[in-house]
Amino acid sequence: MFGYILQRLLAAIPVMGFVALFVFLLLRLTPGDPAAIIAGDTATPEQLEAIRDSLGLNDPFFVQFFNWIGQLLQGDFGTSILSGKPVIELIQARMEPTISLALTTIILSVVIAVPLGVIAAWKHGTLIDRFVMLLSVVGFSVPVFVIGYLMISLFSMQLNWFPVQGFRPIGDGLGPFLQRIALPTFTLTLLYIALIARITRTSMLEILGDDYIRTARAKGLPESRVLMRHALRNCSVPIITVIGIGFALIISGVVVTESVFNLPGLGRLTVDAVLARDYPVIQAVILLASLIYVVINLLIDIAYVLLDPRIRYS
Amino acid sequence: MSDRVLDISNLRIALNGNEDSQVVKGLNLKIEPGQTMCLVGESGSGKSLTALATMGLLPKVLSPIAGSIVLKGEDMLTATPARMRTLRATAMSMIFQEPMTALNPVARVGQQIEEVLEFHSDLSQSERRRRVLEMMEAVHLPDIEKLYKSYPHQLSGGQRQRIMIAMALIMRPQLLIADEPTTALDVTTQAQILKLIRELREEQGTAVLFITHDMGVVSEIADDVTVLKLGEVMETQSVDNLLRHPQTDYTRDLLRSVPSQVPRPARSVATDEIVLDTDKLCKTYGGGGLFFRAREVMAAQDVSLSLLKGRTLGIVGESGSGKSTVARCIMRLIDPTSGSIKVGGKDIATLSQKDLKPQRKNIQIVFQDPMRSLNPRIEVGESIIEGPLNFGVPRNKAMTRARELLELVGLPASAVDRFPHQFSGGQRQRIAIARALAMDPDVLVADEAVSALDVSVQAQVLDLLAELQARFGLGILFITHDLGVAAQICDDVVVMQYGRVVEYGPAGQVLGAPQQDYTKALIAAAPGRHWDFANFRPFAEAP
Repeated sequence: MFGYILQRLLAAIPVMGFVALFVFLLLRLTPGDPAAIIAGDTATPEQLEAIRDSLGLNDPFFVQFFNWIGQLLQGDFGTSILSGKPVIELIQARMEPTISLALTTIILSVVIAVPLGVIAAWKHGTLIDRFVMLLSVVGFSVPVFVIGYLMISLFSMQLNWFPVQGFRPIGDGLGPFLQRIALPTFTLTLLYIALIARITRTSMLEILGDDYIRTARAKGLPESRVLMRHALRNCSVPIITVIGIGFALIISGVVVTESVFNLPGLGRLTVDAVLARDYPVIQAVILLASLIYVVINLLIDIAYVLLDPRIRYS
Repeated sequence: MSDRVLDISNLRIALNGNEDSQVVKGLNLKIEPGQTMCLVGESGSGKSLTALATMGLLPKVLSPIAGSIVLKGEDMLTATPARMRTLRATAMSMIFQEPMTALNPVARVGQQIEEVLEFHSDLSQSERRRRVLEMMEAVHLPDIEKLYKSYPHQLSGGQRQRIMIAMALIMRPQLLIADEPTTALDVTTQAQILKLIRELREEQGTAVLFITHDMGVVSEIADDVTVLKLGEVMETQSVDNLLRHPQTDYTRDLLRSVPSQVPRPARSVATDEIVLDTDKLCKTYGGGGLFFRAREVMAAQDVSLSLLKGRTLGIVGESGSGKSTVARCIMRLIDPTSGSIKVGGKDIATLSQKDLKPQRKNIQIVFQDPMRSLNPRIEVGESIIEGPLNFGVPRNKAMTRARELLELVGLPASAVDRFPHQFSGGQRQRIAIARALAMDPDVLVADEAVSALDVSVQAQVLDLLAELQARFGLGILFITHDLGVAAQICDDVVVMQYGRVVEYGPAGQVLGAPQQDYTKALIAAAPGRHWDFANFRPFAEAP
C-alpha cells in the first residue's frame, strides 16, 4: 500500500512538469501584451520596453521557463503583474471561500443524493424512481446562474432568510458563515445531487441484479441490511469517483456561482487574472488546479483499494 | 399433520401474472425428512423457478398464480414477507450455482456466515464467532482462523462453495435447496462437494432439493428424481427406477443424450497431413513491473501436440490447467512466450500482426458462451461475412456463402437478417460454427464449445461438428473439461494439469486405460461413471 502511494506520488512529478510547460507555453504564445496593459494607453514604446525588461518578458522562452520553475521550487509563485502582490498571498486569500463552498456542497449533495439513488434503484420503475430521475434531469439542465438568481429572488429578496451576497469565514462564527454560504451551496448542490443520485441509482440497479444480493436475501436479512451493506458497498467505487471529480471541479473553478453570489473565491481570481493577462497568477492557478486533480485522483485510487479488497496494487 | 418437509402442489408460476404465459404448470413435489430429491430438466424447465418460489425470491416479473408450497405445515405463498425472512436460513436455505458471484466480493467470508446468526439468533458476538468457526470446520475447510478473515476471491471455487454450504446450514434448516451447486466446479471438486452434502444430510437429517441438469450427478446423489420439461412434471421415481426404467420418451431421450465415459471406437487414420503442430509452446504471465518484480505464472509449459487433417484432438483438464491458454496461443489471441505453432506447415508463433493476418483464415475458433460471442447489435449474416469481406471476398458472394453455411448447420438461410437474441443457445452456437467455417479454415478450435448447452442440444452440436469434419476434412482442436464429451468426439486426447501435458495419446488409451495418476483421478471423479445411461443400466450389468 505504502509502496503504491509512493509510486503514484513519483508518477505525479512528470505530470506536473508537463502541465507547467504547457501552461507556460500556452500563455506566452497567446496574443496580448501584459506590459501594454500595465502601462496603459498613453505609454511610449520606450516605457513599454522598460516594463518588459523589468518583468523579464524579453528573455528567451526557456530562460523565462526555467527561471520560473526555479522560483516555484523555492515556493515563490511570483508577483501579480496587476496588483503587485505576491501570487501566493492572493491565492491563499481566495482559498477559503472556494474550499468552504466545495466542502459544504459535496457533503450536502452526498447526504441527499446517495439515499435518493439507493431508494430510486430499490423502487425501480415506481413513482419515487421517476421523481428522482426528474429531479436529476432538472438539476442537469437548468443553468447554475438561473438557479442562483431564483434562489436569491426567493430566499433573500422575498423571504429575507439569507443575505443576497458575500462571504464570512468560518472563524467569524458558524452562524454567519452558514448564513452566507447556504444559498451558493444550495445552488451548486442541485447539480451535484443530480450527478451523484444518478450514478448511485445506475450502479445500484446493476448490483441489485447480482447473485450475492439474492444470497443476502436468501439468508433472511432485512432489506435495509441488503441494500446498505451488500449493495451500496459494492457500488461505492463509481460513486466515490464521481464525488472526487466533482470536488476537484468545484475547487478549480465555479466561476459562475462565485460571480452570482459575489464570493471572493479562486474562480473569480482566475477570471480577473485572465482578463488582465496576469501571467503569474494564471500559471499558479492552473498549476494549483492540476495539483488538486492529481491529489484527488490519488485519494480516489486509495479509496478503491480500501473499499474493494479485490483491487490490489503491487 | 405428517412430518413431511416440503409439499408443493399444483404450483403455477406465470410471467406478469398472465395465465397464458405460465413457466411452471401445475407442479407437484413432496420431500420427506432426510430425503434427497433431484429436480432434473434442461434450461427453461422451471426447476430454478420452483426453488426460488419456495424461498420467496422469484424475480418481480414472475409470480405464483396458483397452488401451494407447504414447508412444515406452513404455506410459503401466503406467508408475510417478515415471516419469510424468519424462515429463510432457519427452516430453509439455498445454495447456488456460481459460488464466486453468490458471495459478496467485498465482505470477509467469516462475517458473511456470521451475518446469518446476527439476524436469526441471540448469541453474543464471541459465541457467534465460535459457532461460525465450528461450522467452517464441519464443512472441512482448512486453516479456518485464516479463512474466516479472507475475501471470496482469495478462496478456490470448492472452498467458496463450502462457505456457501456453511452459511446455509448453520441454523440447521430442515430443507436445503441446492441449485446446480457443482456445475461451475471442476470434477474432482464436484465429487468432494457432493460427498460433503451427503455427509451433512446424514448428520443433520436435512432434506435436500437438488437441482441439476447432469444425470451423472443425479446418479451420485439422488434418492428420488423428478423430471421437468417446460414447466411440467414428466415423472417422479426413485433414482434406480428412473435410470433403469424411464417412463416417458423425454426422460429416455435425456438419458440417451448423456455422453458416455467410454471412448468411442478408434477411427482409422486416412491421412498423415499435419494441419496443426506445436512444439514446446510456453506462456508465462507476470514478471516485470516498475518497482517490484511480479510473480511469474507458467500458464503453459512445453506443450507439444499435433493434429492431423480430419481428426479431432481433445485437450482436457480442470480450471487453471492451461487448456484455454494453449487454445488462445494457437489462435494468437495472446502471444506465446516461446515455442512454435505451425499451422499448415507455417510457424505463426512469432509473426507480426501484419504478417499474421493472411494466416488467420486457416484457423478459426468457436467459444464457450454463444450468448456473448456474437455481437448482439449486428445481424447474423453480417457477423458471418465480416471475415471473408476482410479477405477481399465480394459482398454478394460472401452473403450467398453465408446462406449456404447456415443451411449446412441446420438453420434457415433467412436467418442472415435476424439478430443473435432471436435464437436459442444451441442455434447461436450453430451460427458461431457457421461464422468460423465462412473462412474455410483447415483447423477449427472449439473452446468448451458445448459446455454451456443442454445435453440434448449438446449431442446435436457434437453430431454437427462430426458431420462438418467429415465433409470439409477439418482438423478440430476440442478443449473441454467434460471427459464424457471428450470420449465421444476425440481421436486423441491431451490431459493437462498446471500448464503441463500429463498424458497424451489415442482417446481409447488415455481415457480407457490411463497411465498417469492424475488422469486416473479425473476419471474416478467423473459423476455417473458407473452408469451406462444410454442403455439404462450400470456398466457392471452390461452383457
